[in-house]
Amino acid sequence: MNPRRTALAWGLLVLPVPLLFLSLMLGRYGIGPERVWAALFGGDVPDVVRALILRVRLPRALAAAVVGANLSVAGAAFQGVFRNPLVESRILGVSSGAGLGAAVALLAGGGLILQPLAFAVGLSAAGLVALIGWAFGGGLLVLVVGGVLVDSFFSAILGLIKYVADPLGTLPAITYWLLGGLSTVRWADLLPLGVASAIGLAFLLSVRWRLNLLALGEGEATALGVRVGRFRLAVIAVGTLLTAAAVSVSGVVGWVGLIVPHAARALVGPDHMYLIPAAVGLGASVVLLLDTLARTALPTEIPLGVLTGLIGVPVFLVLFMRLLRRQGGWG
Amino acid sequence: MTLAARGLSYAYLPGRPVIQEVSFALVPGEVVFLLGANGSGKTTLIECLGGLRVPAEGEVVLDGRPVRSCSAAARARSIGYVPQLHQLAFGFSAWEVVLMGRAPHVGWLSRPGRADRAAAADALRTLGLWDLAGRTFPTLSGGEQRLVLIARGLAQRVRYLLLDEPDAHLDPANQHRVLAAAQGLARAGIGVVVTTHNPNNALLYADRVMVLAGGRSLVDGAPAAVLTPEVLSAAYGIPFEVVGDGQGPRAFLPRLGDHRARSLTSSEAESASGSARPHSPSSRASSAATANGA
Repeated sequence: MNPRRTALAWGLLVLPVPLLFLSLMLGRYGIGPERVWAALFGGDVPDVVRALILRVRLPRALAAAVVGANLSVAGAAFQGVFRNPLVESRILGVSSGAGLGAAVALLAGGGLILQPLAFAVGLSAAGLVALIGWAFGGGLLVLVVGGVLVDSFFSAILGLIKYVADPLGTLPAITYWLLGGLSTVRWADLLPLGVASAIGLAFLLSVRWRLNLLALGEGEATALGVRVGRFRLAVIAVGTLLTAAAVSVSGVVGWVGLIVPHAARALVGPDHMYLIPAAVGLGASVVLLLDTLARTALPTEIPLGVLTGLIGVPVFLVLFMRLLRRQGGWG
Repeated sequence: MTLAARGLSYAYLPGRPVIQEVSFALVPGEVVFLLGANGSGKTTLIECLGGLRVPAEGEVVLDGRPVRSCSAAARARSIGYVPQLHQLAFGFSAWEVVLMGRAPHVGWLSRPGRADRAAAADALRTLGLWDLAGRTFPTLSGGEQRLVLIARGLAQRVRYLLLDEPDAHLDPANQHRVLAAAQGLARAGIGVVVTTHNPNNALLYADRVMVLAGGRSLVDGAPAAVLTPEVLSAAYGIPFEVVGDGQGPRAFLPRLGDHRARSLTSSEAESASGSARPHSPSSRASSAATANGA
C-alpha cells in the first residue's frame, strides 16, 4: 500500500548489517575494511587480527545487535498490548528480576551460573506478575500495578544482597553488572540468546499486523474475532522471553525499550506491520552504535547502561515533542 | 437468516440484571433502532449480540446456530460491532483502521492481502471517505470518525452490523450523514441495529423500533405504530407530546410545561428509568404498546 514506508521499514531492518561491519573495524586497534572482510571470510590475515575480529569483536557486536533488537521490539509490542506509550520492556519486572538473579550468582561466586540465573529469575519476576494479574482478574491495569510491585520487591531484595555483599569484591561486581555492558561477551553466551531471540522475533514478525488489533482495546478486538486473552498472553510471554534473554547477557540497559519504539514510530508510523521490523532494525543499530562508542570513545570502557541513559533522555525529549506537535496528541 | 436473541439476561452485579429475558430478532436488510433511558440495557444487549459479553441466561442465535458454538472469527465474519466511543492509543490512519475490519478474514500468522485491501478501499469509497484515507484517526471530526468505524464494519463484510449510539455528540447534519449511511447499508442487504437516545431519529431512519425499559422490552414494531408519547413517557419517566403533520408523528418533545417535569427531581428520574425496578408503564402506555415483549 505504502511503498515509501515499506522501503523504510525493511531498510531499517537491514541497517545493522553495514553497522556491524563498521563496528568490527573500530577499536583501540583499528582494522581496515579489506582486512575485516578477509578475517571474516577466510582471507589472508595475521592470526592475531583474525582472533581479535572473530573471538572478541564479532561476538560482542552480534550480542549488541541482538540485545538492542530484543529490547526495542519487546518495548514496541508491550506498548501496543498495554495501549500505553509509556510502557517499556521492563514493565513486568524482568530487569529487576534479572538483576537479582545476577546479584545472587555473583554473591555465590559468579561464573557460569550468572547468565542462566539472571534469565531464570527475570522470567520468574514476569511469571509472578502474571500470577498477580490472574489472581486479581487479569486486567491490564492489574498487570501494570503487579509489575510495579514486583519490581519494587525484587529491588528491595537486591538492596539487601548489596548490603551484605563484600564491599571490596562482590559489591562492585554487582554494581558494574547492573550498569550494563557487553565487555565480557563470548560465543558461548550467544547461543541461548540467539535461540530465544530467533523464536521470539519470528513470532512477533509473523503476527505483527494482528498486534494492531490488540492496540484497539479488548472490546473491539473481540468483536473483530480476536481471542484477546490468549493472544495478549502469547505476546507478553514472547516479549518477556526476549527481554530476559537480552538483559541476562547485557545487564540492565535502560531506555532502549522505551525510546527506540517511539523513534521507529516517528519514522514509519504506528502500524505494527511496519513498526515491528523498523523497531528490530533500529534497536539493533542503536545499541550496536552505542556499544561501539562505549568501548572506543574513552581509553576506559563506558558502561552501556550509562551511555543509553545519557544519550537516550535528550533524544526521547526531542522525539516526544516532535510527536506531540505533529499529531496534536499521542502518536 | 436471522440474528436472534432468545430470552437474554445479563447482570454486571449479582442480583441486579441489566437486561432480563429480552428477545429480539434482526434480518438482513432492515434497520432496527433500540431506544431506552440510560441504564436500560441497550448497550448491554448489543454487546451480547456482538459476542463481547456472554449472557447469563438465554442465547444468541446466528442463522439458526447458537453463536457460542461458532469460532470467534466465524462470528466476526457475520456480526460487526461499532463502539460508542473510540479512543485510539496510537495515531493510526483511517485506512489502517478500516483495514483492521479484515481481521476475521486474515489467517492467524498472515497479513492482509490484495483482496483485503480491495475490500477496505471499497468500504471507504462506498461511504465517501476515500479522501480521508491517509488522515490520522484522532485528527478527524466526530462525524468522520463514526463513518470510518462504520466503514470498518463494512470492510468486515458482515451480514449484521451493530452500531452503539452512532448519533451521539454529533450535530444534526452529521447525525444525518451517519444514520443515512446506516440506512444505506441496510438497503444493500445488511441487518443494522442502532441504539440511540433520540426517538426522532428512530422515526426518520428506522424500519423497526424496540424500546427497552428497566432491562425489558417494552414495545417492538414499526416506528410510527409503536412510538407514542405514552411509550416514551414510560421509557424515560417524563411526559412527552407528539408533533405530527397529518401523515403521522414527526417528532416527540418533552412536555416541559407540565408540573411533573418542573418538579422532577434527580431521584425521581433515577427511579423512573433505573434498571433495578421492572418497567411500570402507565395504563395508557401499555394499551398503546402493540407488541410488548415480542
